[in-house]
Amino acid sequence: MDWLPVADAFTQVDQPYLLEARQMQALSFGIHIPLVCFGVAFPAIVLFMEGLYHRTGNVVYRQIAKRWSKVMLILFAVGVVSGTILSFELGLLWPRFMEEFGEVFGLAFALEGLSFFIEAIFITIYVYGWDRISDRTHFLTGIPIVISGITGSFLVITVNGWMNNPSGFDIVNNEVTNVRPLEALFNDFFWHEFFHMYVAGFIVAGFLVAGVYAVAWLRGKRDHYHRAALIVPLTVACIAAPVQLLLGDWAGRTVAEHQPVKLAAFEGLEETTKGAAFTLGGIYIDGEIKGGITIPDMLSLLAFHDPNATVEGLDSVPEGEQPPVGVVRNAFTAMIFIGSGLALLAAAYLFTWFRKARLPRTRWFYRLVAIAGPAAVVALIAGWITTEVGRQPWVVYEVMKTTEAVTGAEGVPIGYATLAVVYLGLVSVVFWLLRRLARQPLERELPAKVEAAG
Amino acid sequence: MAVDLTLAVLVLGLVMYSVLGGADFGAGFWDLTAGGASRGARVRGMLKRSMSPVWEANHVWLIFVLVVFWTGFPKAFGPVMETLYVPIFLAGVGIILRGTAFALRGEAATIGEARVLGATFALSSVLVPFFLGTTIGAVASGQVSVPADPDSPFSSWTNSTSLYIGALAVATSAYMAAVFVAADAVRAKLPDMVEAFRKRALGAALVTGAMAIVGIFILRDDARFLYDGLTSGAGLVVVIASAIAGLITIALLWTRRFALARFSSATAVAAIIVGLVVAERPDFLPGELTLDQAAAGDSTLVPLLVAAVIAVAILIPSLGYLFKLVLSGQLDQEFHPIGASDPESTR
Repeated sequence: MDWLPVADAFTQVDQPYLLEARQMQALSFGIHIPLVCFGVAFPAIVLFMEGLYHRTGNVVYRQIAKRWSKVMLILFAVGVVSGTILSFELGLLWPRFMEEFGEVFGLAFALEGLSFFIEAIFITIYVYGWDRISDRTHFLTGIPIVISGITGSFLVITVNGWMNNPSGFDIVNNEVTNVRPLEALFNDFFWHEFFHMYVAGFIVAGFLVAGVYAVAWLRGKRDHYHRAALIVPLTVACIAAPVQLLLGDWAGRTVAEHQPVKLAAFEGLEETTKGAAFTLGGIYIDGEIKGGITIPDMLSLLAFHDPNATVEGLDSVPEGEQPPVGVVRNAFTAMIFIGSGLALLAAAYLFTWFRKARLPRTRWFYRLVAIAGPAAVVALIAGWITTEVGRQPWVVYEVMKTTEAVTGAEGVPIGYATLAVVYLGLVSVVFWLLRRLARQPLERELPAKVEAAG
Repeated sequence: MAVDLTLAVLVLGLVMYSVLGGADFGAGFWDLTAGGASRGARVRGMLKRSMSPVWEANHVWLIFVLVVFWTGFPKAFGPVMETLYVPIFLAGVGIILRGTAFALRGEAATIGEARVLGATFALSSVLVPFFLGTTIGAVASGQVSVPADPDSPFSSWTNSTSLYIGALAVATSAYMAAVFVAADAVRAKLPDMVEAFRKRALGAALVTGAMAIVGIFILRDDARFLYDGLTSGAGLVVVIASAIAGLITIALLWTRRFALARFSSATAVAAIIVGLVVAERPDFLPGELTLDQAAAGDSTLVPLLVAAVIAVAILIPSLGYLFKLVLSGQLDQEFHPIGASDPESTR
């Protein structure tokens, strides 16, 4: 690494409320990331539903797509808000980080802004264009939404990848110099993060939407409308969930290679160990994992596909450079636990579907689908806590610490409390609104229109 | 060269946000001042009908401004954010409120709900332009030092220039909203609404014009270098252009040519922003950081400009399509008075 030594490149900021600043940022991400799932994955599901209508001419699919597109617009509108707040916070909370590195990674955000813009334009046309522009054009206006959802999340994740594996600049005489933004953009570390997140989007959106109709199913609403609205998102989520296990394995191995200390935090591994054991489950309290099942050599096997491989422990770096293990380990465990559960649920569904060509009959299945959505959101956030808190104390891995990036401003707790209250209001309003939308009667679709539109 | 072009991109984003986002916030101002539930019902219905479809697209301009700012001028971005965090944060709160009101639009089923919604909308419409305006005013009048001084969270933006620009932003927002909605009302064939918003537009134009004249004296006392920049050379040319565009708008409103008035009113507002930037040059943060010092290196600016060209190439047809649909009425919403006897929501 040619920018070493970096220990004194940046000055510490006198900020007594660093933890609150980090929590405030985390709160905003916690609101934004589930919405991102609906910006990235949901449009594809909606468009698939509209495609079914075009293929079959059955207006039920059109009714569903139209209803869902309204939800999509509401959630996108809220996502615009939370995304704007995140942009504000990057500067408000971490001005020194932006000042030093804005020119290194900013390009990705500029391109992401473009994606976001395209998405906003076409989501407007798509949602307000029902019955006003021709069926064919309407379907076509959905495609840019899907594409820009992919490119947008891709670009944001390249920045996160860069923060974990910084490149594209040198530090000479404590100055960031020789900036190569394209190298930073394609830093080669983000691919696993991108696919992991993209698939997570389909799991979260798919199970959340399916959960709504699983509840309806339990209440006896099993007509064609509810059946289609259940099966499509459920199938999407159930295909994605097992895939996520493989992607998670890939992500874990990449972390093992590039950020051994983060991996050590995942596992609560204090000391560098040859043939390290893997502890399944359990809760990390007071410096040790309680209640987990320990499998000898398993961590070495998982991380390096070699039971005798040496896994670096937390002690490989000074204490001041170790992440807070408790939070990271417990979040990691929660993600693994939920992710595995969702994959099992998915396997049960796919098995019934392909072997018996029908939906599962037991009411327990639908109860589990109903809680799978919220559980997937928990896993999503736990996953982000794992990687973000696992990077601590660094904001730019092994280059700049969060203590050097944070604002020197006063009043961080006031801002945090204000934002928490405002976001609580926003979230309540959105839930209230979606419930009301769900109770509205469906619009009547005229089958004659299908023929007229060809 | 690359620095100037990047500045131009930044100013373009700021102008677009001020015009399109501003018109949206201005609608909230007219909602606030529309009067009681029954008297204001038609005005509120008209506002909602006009403002619904393009909200997100308008507001993405702000994100555009932020990313170009921190990528293109990172050395100024950090100190600005670290110094002016109070108004910027309050603007952020306003943006959350506006987004909430947007998500809720048309969903209010009772008078009570409509009132809460209206209050949220109105509050945000004052918060956001005012505090973003004060932020611009504080930057323009040299309140940001390098390195940042985070210990003056209030005095940095409560000088008269900052407060004045904040108030001016609220006024120009209301002014543009009235012009835009009047034009929409013509298309919606609602003559009473055309007259209602024509009156508002004319009133707002006069108030904004008067504020501009008062502003000259405020700047002379509080930010002399800004005053000098605006009263000589290129700055003066831009100021005169703004005044002419404002007068043309009044004439167009008087003669009921609203479609043209949209453009002239937007030009008048754009010229104010351009004028501030021209008056600052070659400084970004007056007395502290020149444009060149604030800017990223060419290795960043050139790809950023390439990205901007790509963005323009993609955005112009996309936005063109959106505005074509909007202006030809294809995405129009139905008109429903809000808060009167008919609480039924539109689709």
